Formats: sequence, structure tokens, C-alpha cells
Amino acid sequence: MTALLEVRGISKSYPGGVQANADVSFTVEPGEIHALLGENGAGKSTLVKIIYGLVHPDAGEMRLAGAPYHPQGPVDARRAGVTMVFQHFSLFEALTVAENISLGMEKPLRTSELASRIRKVSEDYGLALDPFRLVGDLSVGERQRVEIVRCLLQDPRLLIMDEPTSVLTPGEVAPLFATLRRLAAEGCAILYISHKLDEIRALCDRATVLRAGRVVASCTPRAETARSLAEMMIGERLVEPPDHRFEPGESRLSVRNLDLPADHPHGTTLSNITFDLRAGEVLGIAGIAGNGQEELFAVLSGERRTAPDTILIGRRPAGRLGPNARRRLGLLAAPEERLGHAAAPDLTLAENAFLAGRVRRGLDRHGFLRFGRIEAFARDIIRAFDVRTPGTDAKARALSGGNLQKFIIGREMLQEPSVLVVNQPTWGVDARAAAAIRRALRELAGRGAAVLVISQDLDELVEISDTLAVLAGGRLSPQRPAQALGAEEIGRMMGGGFASDRREPADAAS
Amino acid sequence: MMELGINPVALFAGLVVAATPLLFAAIGELVVEKSGVLNLGVEGMMIMGAVTGFAVGVSTGDPGWGFVAAAGAGAALALVFGILTQFLLSNQVATGLALTLFGLGLAALIGQPYTGIRSPQMPSVFIPWLSDLPVLGRMFFRYDPVVYFGLFLALAVWFFLGRTRAGLILRAVGENHDAAHSLGYGVVRIRLAAIAFGGACAGVGGAYLSLARVPQWTEGMTAGAGWIALAIVVFSAWRPGRVVLGAWLFGGVTILQLNLQASGVAVPAYYLSMLPYLVTILVLVIISADRRRASLNAPASLGRPFHATG
Amino acid sequence: MLRLEPRIRPSALVELATPAIAVLATILAGLVLFAALGKDPVEAVRIIFLDPLFDPYSRSEILIKSCPLILIALGLSFGFRAGIWNIGAEGQYVMGALAGGTVALAFHGAGGPWLLPLMALAGAIGGCAYALIPAFLKVRFNANEILVSLMLVYVAGLFLVAMVSGPLRNPQGFAFPESRIFDEAARLPTFGDTRVHIGIAVALLAVFVAHVVLHRHVFGYAVRLSGAAPRAAAFAGIDRNRMIYACLGLSGALAGLAGLFEVAGPIGQLQTSLPVGYGFTAIIVAFLGRLSPIGILFAGLVMGLTYIGGETAQFLLRLPAAAISVFQGMLLFFLLAFDLLTRYRITRTRSGPA
Repeated sequence: MTALLEVRGISKSYPGGVQANADVSFTVEPGEIHALLGENGAGKSTLVKIIYGLVHPDAGEMRLAGAPYHPQGPVDARRAGVTMVFQHFSLFEALTVAENISLGMEKPLRTSELASRIRKVSEDYGLALDPFRLVGDLSVGERQRVEIVRCLLQDPRLLIMDEPTSVLTPGEVAPLFATLRRLAAEGCAILYISHKLDEIRALCDRATVLRAGRVVASCTPRAETARSLAEMMIGERLVEPPDHRFEPGESRLSVRNLDLPADHPHGTTLSNITFDLRAGEVLGIAGIAGNGQEELFAVLSGERRTAPDTILIGRRPAGRLGPNARRRLGLLAAPEERLGHAAAPDLTLAENAFLAGRVRRGLDRHGFLRFGRIEAFARDIIRAFDVRTPGTDAKARALSGGNLQKFIIGREMLQEPSVLVVNQPTWGVDARAAAAIRRALRELAGRGAAVLVISQDLDELVEISDTLAVLAGGRLSPQRPAQALGAEEIGRMMGGGFASDRREPADAAS
Repeated sequence: MMELGINPVALFAGLVVAATPLLFAAIGELVVEKSGVLNLGVEGMMIMGAVTGFAVGVSTGDPGWGFVAAAGAGAALALVFGILTQFLLSNQVATGLALTLFGLGLAALIGQPYTGIRSPQMPSVFIPWLSDLPVLGRMFFRYDPVVYFGLFLALAVWFFLGRTRAGLILRAVGENHDAAHSLGYGVVRIRLAAIAFGGACAGVGGAYLSLARVPQWTEGMTAGAGWIALAIVVFSAWRPGRVVLGAWLFGGVTILQLNLQASGVAVPAYYLSMLPYLVTILVLVIISADRRRASLNAPASLGRPFHATG
Repeated sequence: MLRLEPRIRPSALVELATPAIAVLATILAGLVLFAALGKDPVEAVRIIFLDPLFDPYSRSEILIKSCPLILIALGLSFGFRAGIWNIGAEGQYVMGALAGGTVALAFHGAGGPWLLPLMALAGAIGGCAYALIPAFLKVRFNANEILVSLMLVYVAGLFLVAMVSGPLRNPQGFAFPESRIFDEAARLPTFGDTRVHIGIAVALLAVFVAHVVLHRHVFGYAVRLSGAAPRAAAFAGIDRNRMIYACLGLSGALAGLAGLFEVAGPIGQLQTSLPVGYGFTAIIVAFLGRLSPIGILFAGLVMGLTYIGGETAQFLLRLPAAAISVFQGMLLFFLLAFDLLTRYRITRTRSGPA
């Protein structure tokens, strides 16, 4: 039996000398669920984009069911029966479900026929969808269904899924897996990209492991442990995270009955958010993207304002203060998006150090920039956090994700905050830098600061948090000690399962 | 037709004629913006259409050829904008401004020999029976063919955007160009087509000024009509039907102020002449004030540059 | 196949060379344009670009033309950097001239050394206040400042006509729509026996101040950051609304000052032909100067040169006045096209996969 997809010697490098793929070879059999495993930056995304025709390889060849396969674009790929569900969906918020699906089909149908086929497929696979709703009004899980149904309607031979569970609550994962298993049983091969080891062990028949653009291993995931898979992926022995003990001090940040309207049509409204963050505490806020994380971050950093008494920094009402006034009170923040929010891509590192360090570091006098001090501050950050850069005059965009993130976290930490709010501190960062950042956050709490970590990575939160709360639909669950929570309960809360709970007093966690 | 006192039937007929250049320019710009591109050069494309249409109309003696040439000139100028913004990734706002400045200058240069000439006559459509109707005839059935074509074009654009697959693809490109690209649609190609269409429409609108409404060539004769057309697109919330409404609103204000001037109201003419501009500002303020609604209807990729990586 | 690759560190050489390349390309295109108009292209280029430089009178006229262009473009450049598009400088220029001119006329026959500073202040305030209208409508109602500021240009032009035909008309002027000629005390002092007035010194000072503010002051940093990364600017605590008021107000004040200098300098009275498009040409100057104050100084001088050379060419070669506008428009096109080189490198890639 010939393999469904055969990849031979694929190489691709990007301008600037980044080798995304080097001589990659593997095969996918019909009806197989095949994992492509690797950490961020290992070259998984480039490889699947090549298979889907979005990127053209520099060298190598592919065969689909024995025939040469060289898609010039996604249209070629779809004609050949290769479809893909993107990690960042390729959906159009202002269009309906049916229109979105129609756009991804080679042979478009009339609206009525399309609608009935959508209903049929979604019933068959248990993926409930209303063809005439606007995609902008759907939850993230529903949006993923739109992408999957779009693929299914084209009778695919190979379905590529790029990190599909990164946007789902634990409760939504099981039905997705059931759908995928059923598809595989019907003979469709699935190329499943992930760095979540438990999932791969639960779902996949085979795995190809990528590191730095090369295939480093091929294995049967069920025969491996999560630890052995991780070591294949990272290429070194993992260090256990240090055990931490939590000795709460006085309250550093109190949020009381905070309501905040959404400021754009597809935003989330925050309602009745209440929590307390104490000195020495790391509070993790879990939740699926788009449940109010952006809004919560903005209202804490001071980019959005609210009634004065709903946010107290120490004992000072701060709801109406802007970012710099909050910095003076000791609250610092590091946004999720590195380029464009935490840092300006086209400004130098020194200028980006000034961006958030001005008021606490005294980087200006009567409004005039003190270049010597700015320069020294930027150099301190680079040294203390091991940022790899040619110098303080490099533009922020020239740094790798991990290095820039270390710079940003370092910029805030070197200012010795009494409260630090970080959103997705290790998103898209390589494992080594991620570990360094987590360690630094713990150390900061150890020095008596209060740290709030918003993250979608549950493993990360469980690793570093003392207390945990879940943000779902703009509401925050009660704050609980992290050790006391099982994955199942967190999953239930992510689905909004706490909404009917009686609101516990915020100090229940102590 | 400028009677003392204001005759509502004549006012309406005048309004429809005055609205036609705005309608063409705005409906074209609507398609451009729906594809995610902001072309601020409408004024420049309109005036190029006005001068080209007039020159060709005069030399061939046939206004029809004038309109064809105006569409070509508008589209050609628009493609300069298209190449700069789509291939050379220049800033859309700055490039649109450049288009207007360049168009105004080039039109003045081309138009010099044509100042002070009258254009060939535009025949009105005459529908036996209907055009003879007492009030309705004058209100609806006695315009030149271009007026009807403008209304037809609005209808066609409505149908295209809402009911055809090509229209769906165009909207998708304007909504999220990265997603459209990853589905395999040629974002740049689609946008260039939309930009050329918008230019052709603006050109026809300009030619209607010089060939039908005024009808002669004077330097700077568009007098901000292209900018008002941009405002109409905002007013319309990107819906073709409301573009017609917006064009008629501004046509109405123009005609009303001309009638007021003619009727000898005690307000000096220069204050009345300010009206269309002040009304534009007023309308912009009213429409934009509801931020949430304004941003819901706007194409999400409007004005953002697209550069495919990989 | 050619492809674009973002520059990681911009090349200073390319940044400097781009405007020069654009000017050269425009001159080349100009040769074609002049030939198409039936003029001797080489002679036209010589008359426009070289001759004025060797004639003292022309040189002083270039300075006079450059003064309003530099002042207006300086103001605009701050807003353009921050993504706030004031394209109604022409209107603010008129309103500044009107406000300052009204002060001059109000103190007809009663002037003193205090009059000129007062006029300048009134001019700046007039232009500033007029520019704050689109700022207010943007902040309060989210109305597009591009369209509003542009509409206000037409309104200002009509308002000027209304004023000089009505309240400000010269009582001894046989009903011409123009004001009295200003008193000597209301006229800008000039250098030696040239017509070059003190305004050019103010423009130079403004270039220096703008340069310091842009590169060494928090306000300049805020402007650069707002344009480069709006969300990062919000994170840095920069209030977008204040930025809108500041940028529009500043550009309006400078445009108003430029308008006042024009009426108190070369023109000497308020008249309907005051708006000649400096407010629009200044947009080209701002971009030609790459939105940097020093660059704008040179760009303003180059643009002044094309005006003066163009006027001579009109006279000597019967070149149409509009040819210079076309020329200036082309310059902006070429500039925008070559600007690509500062942000991207063009590289040749190997052909597609085998």
C-alpha cells in the first residue's frame, strides 16, 4: 500500500538565514492520525504551510497517493484533497457561517443547498452550527467548528490541524477527538500539530518530532511517556520546577465589583470582577482567549479607566489613573503582544526601555530625555536577563520572540514593581527562555511582590501560581489555592461552570 | 430653471442631476473600500475624468465617447495609486493625497485649451407617455441616460456585493486579507481590480460635471466633490442603497443653496456656498458618533497594507 | 523573481538618498513632460532648477516662498508622524491671516512696536483654533479629521471672501473685495533692501526647536511612538485625545502664523487671492523632508525653487502654470514609490521549487 503523503527532503530557509526546515522527510498513511511534534519555532508551521501550498520549499519533493504533488497554492491543495484548519483561523467575522464555508470551497453551492449540507455534516459529526449566524458572534470553539466543517464538506483525504486544542476548553477537547477519530476511521488521514504531549499520546498513531527544522525522531506516542517525548522535543533533560511555598502578605492589588463594557463589537464585557492579590502571591488567571483577558489586562494596566474605587493599588483608589500614575504607585504590566503593544517594533531597545521605564527610573528631566540613563537602563536589562542582541540600538523587531520577551519582562522587573501584571508571559517563546521567565516571576514574588499572570497555558499556571481563578465570558471565578484544583474542575470553570456559584469572599483562598 | 421661490418638482429634478457625479464617485469608492483599500484620491480622479471627458467629448462631438475616455483616465490614474500602494506598499493616505494633488495639476494642464468652450449637447431620454406625465414625468422620466446609468450602477453594485460569489470574495478580502490569502485568493489582484473600477467610476462622475451638469470646463471645477463623495461612503455605512440616499442629500443641499441664492435671500452668497461643506461635516459627525456601529460596518482591513510573507 | 525583504536596521544612506533619487527621477520625468508640451526640455530644466540659484533676486524670492512652506510642513510633520492627518492647513493658513490681519486693521493709524507680536499671536491663535475644530470633532464624535479639515478649507476660503467683501473691505477701495493696505507698523521688517522678511528667521528658529523637540523631548518621543505603534503608545501612557489636540493645534498655529507672515510680509493686505495652495504643497514638502525638521528645511527650499523657476519658465517659455503643480505631484509619487527602499530590501530569489 502506498503512503497517502510522502515528504522527501524538504528544505526551506527564510531571508536573514533562518533555516525553517532542513531535509525533512516523513510519510502519512491513509486513515492515520499523525502527530507533528515540536516546540515553538521548530519548523512545524512552515512545513504544513508547504504541504498546503502557502509556502514554496527551496528543495525537496512531495507525493500524494503516489503521484507527484507540488501545490502552487491552497487552491491546488484543496483540489488534491488536502485541507487545513489554521491555529489563527482564516475566518471573516463580518460574514456568516455559510459565507465563510463557501469561501473555502472549490465548487461553491447555492446558499440553500450549502446550508442544508452544513446542517447535515454538523449533525453527522456532532458539530452544531447555524449557517446564518455571523462568525463574529460565535465563541472560539464554534469558530473552530466552522473551519472543520469547511474542510469536511470537501471530502478531504488529508486534514491538517494546527494546534487545534490551544483555543478549546478541556471540556471541548474530547468531542473534537471523537470527531477526528471518526474521520480517521473513515479513511481520512490527519496531520496533527501540537506541543501538548498528553493529547498526542491520547490521540495519535504515530509522531514525527521536529527540532530546529530537522526531523529528530519518529515514534509511536503511546509507547512513550510524556517526559520522554518532551526530551525528544527539547533535546535536553528537563529540570524540575522548584517547589514554592506561599506566605501571603498584605493586599497589594484589590479589585472590587469591576464592570467594564466592551469597547469594540467583538470584544468582551467584564462583569463583577473581584479578587485580591497579596504580597508574595502569584495569582494565575486561566481561561480561553477572548474571554476578557485583553480587557482585564487593559483595565489593570491603566490603558482603560474605570470608577476609582473598583481598583485599589495598596490602599489607593486607582481606577481612574492612567498607566504612568499606576507605575508611580508600583503597578507595572507586560502585555501579551510583544510587537506593537509591549514594544514598538521600529524603535530601538533603548527607546523601548524608555517606553515603560520613564517615570520610575527618572529617564527624563523637565520632559527632556536623559540619554545616558536610558542607555544604562537598557544595558542593565540586557545583562540581567541575558537578552541576545547586537546592542541597545537594535530595533525591537530584530530580536527573536524569546529574547524580546525577556527584554520586556526584564524591563518591568528591574523597576522592582510592588505589583506586576503579565499577560501570556511565555507565549511563542522557546522552552529555555520560557523557563527563565517563569523562574524570574517566582523570584519576584519571593522578594515580596504581588504577581498576576494571565495565561492560556494551564500547565504553566499550575506550575507557577499560588492561587488560581478562571476568566470565562467576562466573569472571574472565585480565587482558589492552585494545588487544590484538579484539571477537571478547572475545565468546568473554563466553560463558565462557576457562574451559578455563590460568590465567595475574596479572601477564601488564604 | 432657477425660478424665484422654490418649485419642489424642479428642485427634485435639479437634485437628481446634481447628485449624479457624487453618486458615481461614491459608489466606486464604496467598492474600493469594501476591498479594504482607502483611496483618498477621488477628487483627483474626478477632475481627470472631467477634463478628459470634456476634451474627448468636444473633439469627437459625442459625449458618449467623452464618458468612455473619462472612465479610462480615472482608471489609469487609480492604477498609479494601485501600483504604489499594492506593490510598493506606500502609505494609502499619503498616496491618495498625492493622487489628488497630481490630478488637479495635470487636469489644469490638459484643460487649458478647453477653457470657455461649451460641450456638445447631452440628449435627454424621452419615453413616450411617461415623460409627458404632469409632475412625475419631470421628476422621473426626463433625465439624460447617464443619470439612469448611475442608478443602475448602484443597483448592480448592490447585487454584485450581496448576491454574487465574486462580490463575496471581494468583501472577504476587505474583511481579513490574511485569511483570504491563506484560502488562496489573490488579494493584490482583487484589490487592483477594485481600485481600477473605483477610478473609472470617479472619472465618469467628473465627466458628468463637465459634460452635463455645468457643462463646460473650468479649472478646479470639482470643488471638493471628490471629498464629499468620500464622506458619502462613510455616511452610507458601506451600503449601496444608502449611497444613493447620501448623494441625493448632498445634491439637494447644493441645489437648495443655489435656489436660495437665486431667490434673493438676504444671506450673502458666500455664506450659502458654505452649506454643502458644513452639511458634510455635520453628517460625518452624526454618523461617526456611534463608534460601535461605525466600526461594525467598516471593512476590517480598511487602509491596512498587505504583504504576503513566505 | 524579485521579492521584498523587511530591513532589520534601516540604512542611513538610503534614508538620505531616497529624496534625492526622487528629485532626480522627477526631473527625468519632467524632461518628458516639457518635451510633450513642445518646450525644449533641457532649457526648461535649466531655467527651473539652475538659473534661480545664480540670480540674487531669485534667491531672495526662493526664501520668501519657502517660508510658509517650511512653517506649515513642520507643523504637519508632527501630526503625520503620529498618524493624525491634518490636510486642511490651507484653511488654517487663511484663518491665521484673517485673525492677524484683523488686528492690523483694528489698530489702523495707532500702531507701535507691540503691534507685530500681537498680530503674530493672533495669527497663530486663529490658525490653531480653526484646526482644533476637526480635533474636537475627532475626539468627541470620532469624525474623520481628513474630511473635516479639508471641508473647512473651502469654508475658510468663502469666509475670507465674505470678510473682505464686507466688514474688512477697504473703505476707500471702490468696492474691490480687499482690505486696506496695512500700516508700516503692521508690516514685517525686511533684510536690507530685499523683500526677505523676518518670517524666514522665525521659520529657521522653528526648524531648530522642532528638531530638538522631536528627538530630545518626551513630546517628540510620544509623537514618534504614536505613529510607530499606537497600542504601545497607549501602554506608555500617552493619551490619544491629547495627542490629537496637540498635533492639530500645533500644525494649525504654525499654518496660521505662516498666513499672517504672508499678509504682513509680501502681500501687505487681505485679499481674496490669498490662498494659493501652500497648505497643500506643504504636504509634499513634509514628505519630501521625510517628516524630519532638517529635511523639511531643505525640502521647503527645493519646493520654493520650483515655484520661482516655474514662474520664470512661465514667463520665458510660456510654460503653463499648472505644469509646476504636475511636477510637484509627480515628485510626491516618486517619493512614495522610492520610500519602499527605506523599509524593504529588494532581493533576488532562486526560482520556485523543482
